[in-house]
Amino acid sequence: MRVLMFGWEFPPHITGGLGTACFGLTKGLVKLDASVIFVVPKAYGDEVKEGFRLVNASDVTVDLTETEQAEFWNRIQYIEAGSNLIPYVGPEEFERIITEEEKEVIDSRKQHFSRQFTFSGKYGKNLMEEVAQYALVASSIAASTKFDVIHAHDWLTYPAGISAKNISGKPLVVHVHATEFDRSGENVNQLVYDIERYGMEAADLVITVSNLTRQIVIDKYGIPEDKVFTVHNAVEPVNRPELEGVQKYVKEKIVTFLGRVTYQKGPDYFVEAAYKVLQKDPDVRFVMAGSGDLLNRMVRRVARLKMGTRFHFTGFLSGSDVDRMFAMSDVYVMPSVSEPFGISPLEAMRSNVPVVISKQSGVAEVLRHAVKVDFWDIDAMADAIYGILKYEGLRKMFVSYGKSEVDNLKWDKAAAKIMDLYHQAVNKM
Amino acid sequence: MKSICLIFQIHQPYRLRTFRFFNIGEDHQYYDDFQNRHIIRKIAERSYIPATNMLLSLIREYGKAFKVSFSISGPALEQLSQHAPDVIRGFRELAATGCVEFLAEPWSHSLASLKSKEEFTRQVIKHRDYIANQFGQTPKTFANTELIYSDNIGKDVYEMGFTTLLTEGARHVLGWKSPNFVYCNSINPKLKVLLRNFRLSDDLSFRFSNKTWTEWPLTADKYVNWLNELNSDEEVVNIVMNYETIGEQHAAETGIFDFFRHLPEAVFARSDFGFSTPSEAVKKYQTVAALTVPHPISSADEEKDITAWLGNELQDEAFGKVYEPESRVLESGDETLLRDWERLQTSDHFYYMCTKWFTDGSLHKYLNPYASPYEAFINYMNVLSDFMIRVDNSVSLPDHSEMLTEQLSSSYINPQSKSDTIIHKKPKTMAKTIATKAKPAAKKPAAKKPVAKKVAAKKPVAKTATPAKKATPVKKATPAKKAAPAKKATPAKKVVAKVAAKKPVAKKAPVAKAAPKKVVKSAVKTAVKAAPKKAAPAKKVAAKKPAVKKVVKK
Repeated sequence: MRVLMFGWEFPPHITGGLGTACFGLTKGLVKLDASVIFVVPKAYGDEVKEGFRLVNASDVTVDLTETEQAEFWNRIQYIEAGSNLIPYVGPEEFERIITEEEKEVIDSRKQHFSRQFTFSGKYGKNLMEEVAQYALVASSIAASTKFDVIHAHDWLTYPAGISAKNISGKPLVVHVHATEFDRSGENVNQLVYDIERYGMEAADLVITVSNLTRQIVIDKYGIPEDKVFTVHNAVEPVNRPELEGVQKYVKEKIVTFLGRVTYQKGPDYFVEAAYKVLQKDPDVRFVMAGSGDLLNRMVRRVARLKMGTRFHFTGFLSGSDVDRMFAMSDVYVMPSVSEPFGISPLEAMRSNVPVVISKQSGVAEVLRHAVKVDFWDIDAMADAIYGILKYEGLRKMFVSYGKSEVDNLKWDKAAAKIMDLYHQAVNKM
Repeated sequence: MKSICLIFQIHQPYRLRTFRFFNIGEDHQYYDDFQNRHIIRKIAERSYIPATNMLLSLIREYGKAFKVSFSISGPALEQLSQHAPDVIRGFRELAATGCVEFLAEPWSHSLASLKSKEEFTRQVIKHRDYIANQFGQTPKTFANTELIYSDNIGKDVYEMGFTTLLTEGARHVLGWKSPNFVYCNSINPKLKVLLRNFRLSDDLSFRFSNKTWTEWPLTADKYVNWLNELNSDEEVVNIVMNYETIGEQHAAETGIFDFFRHLPEAVFARSDFGFSTPSEAVKKYQTVAALTVPHPISSADEEKDITAWLGNELQDEAFGKVYEPESRVLESGDETLLRDWERLQTSDHFYYMCTKWFTDGSLHKYLNPYASPYEAFINYMNVLSDFMIRVDNSVSLPDHSEMLTEQLSSSYINPQSKSDTIIHKKPKTMAKTIATKAKPAAKKPAAKKPVAKKVAAKKPVAKTATPAKKATPVKKATPAKKAAPAKKATPAKKVVAKVAAKKPVAKKAPVAKAAPKKVVKSAVKTAVKAAPKKAAPAKKVAAKKPAVKKVVKK
């Protein structure tokens, strides 16, 4: 099975779970003897390449004379994303991107005439333009490469997938890691929604990362049920002996929130729950790791509740800092308002950290050894945190079962399911 | 003639309300009153009341030929009296027919038999006396919580004065043997053991209304055919199920009432079976063999062991913790404290924490208030934490003995319960309890000094008093009765001293002497009188009765 896969990012250059998921999945597929051509815009050169081809979309020359592509280009050319809806970007990065991108827009226009595009590979202001250009590039890759199935991850790559399908006539599988409803609540960006819907409709199969997302795809995008399949995400097993000796410099127990500080992640519920716990037991420390547009509001709220000495902000963490944070934590909380999957609790459990997760997350569908609460139920959340901190049996239980549960969520299994779906899509044609 | 023992079990726990950690120390209302009342009413109307009426009419129809038995837990009895007194009235009518045997079980449907012999005994006696008081017959047959049984539990039960016991016909214990005979305890053969025929029981309780079951629909005639197909030697078939089977687990429209209505007729007409109660059955039939059960069995799940309640980290911590304050609760003499402690021992709380059925949980989700075992654990531990604070407070109250002078007339601070408490514990756990007791004492020196002394005083008793159990009650009965309330309120130390003084006497009385039935019985009877208030003086019982009646009238 030869797979032409369109992504937007790949480790180590990631801004969200999408890159990690694509990597794990691709590795799993390669193990099943699939050959994967993974297309990302603007490959940096230091991405992990383990047995699959990484094509840098910027290297591909586009022939604009192909009428169909020109048409496609015309169709979406005028689409521009509202900048406040850019996914996966924290505010400081967003600001930086906008200033940088403004220059790049000019660059890419120039290059437009030379028929070669430079992609920033970062989510930014001219995202829509990049999406469209990526689609254009996709068709030329599709024309020059041999493959059996096209796999496109998230809406950014759907147009690319569609154009590749049109050129090659091969089946298209779109993979929904998140929908516009998860990113923006009910105030969806109509343009993004349209691209998503167009992609799902054009696809032969739709893969969702959870039943939660599957239901959204069915209900809100009107996609027929028999075309939508759930393949839960997994997590890479790791052994990091260097983390064994991670020092905790405070004697108190640490409760951690780790993720973008945005509406979708429910950081405010974490702050309120922290307040409840601290009222009963001041010997606990809370950490909010990450940044986002709600960060300042959270800092203000913590100050107003006068728990600044017990509640800490780390800013954005990446790579080994994330692992170190997990290693220091006694409880990990993911109070997401809406989370298509949510891989971070799995990473926490992998480090033997008990987790409290919201019922509104896809990961709640696969985890047994986790406390699940409604994101809005601050009392229940506080109670769960307190329970894990105080009652030894609970911690023991999580340590003995949590890690093995996570270790059983293998990408190999997810990849095997997806491989079946590929065959299904190919046979359908 | 062969016998069918039809035995119905009733238990409803006091389900806990959502009790957050910030309620700890501030709020002592633990129970979900609304939910508990709602469930009791619902089941009473759908099941208990119509089923009882049906049984009454069957007994009227068939006279002494149709018999059934009941095992009803304390929490169920209490909640029924409170929310569905009509059900209790129905049971009284049943009792009056003389065709119904009531079994004894640990009062709060607890797992005390696995942890503390003293508490186990106390609860069984409490239940037995309550039944005697309510229904006018003293139970002779014992059925432990969820039919939990082991050789040692059997031995303990015999020592309480029971001669018949009901447990599960667990396949891994029986092997090739049939459950349809009378067996006996392997330590003390005087205790007869009846075994639940789980296949024929579950055909009714689980499968009756299952339309995908190959035997559906199950009629009384078909059921009797199955009875007839049993080996002709087999004598007694014990059909044991929850009373809710009739009308709740299987709604009236499934035909479950019709099944039972026709069962006696079919049995009499088409088989050589009749109906017996457990204590009649053990008299009718020969004991065929001793049953060796070194590890506890139960009626739960496929495994028929105790892993539904104990075994994972959550259950073990919760179960261990709830028994820690045992002696302090009993010493406190605080009735509400004791009541809450009993209710917290109810096995359901541990059942909710079980992680075995993460995969298929349909049966276990039935009336389970929690979405996951973790929630069950956290909630329970919050309640228990609050309870522990109350225990600490009540023990440190310097003048509680004065306040409770009256209640102490059938005191918990009585030598028997104390010495027993210690006797049963293995040296290790004993050391632990002493350690935990000593700790608070050290923290609050003024108030707790006496406690520390008490502990010290107990030590020697614990080491030597093993054979004393049976003999002491006899001795104690007299002083307990005669002593004026004022005297009993005297500090516990003295009481302990008395026990110590009695010790040599107790030692001399060997177990063998106590063995003859009559002696044991009388010993137990006196023990009953001397011990906890439920067991206690007729006066008290009399005092309670009118109150109960009032409720009934309402």
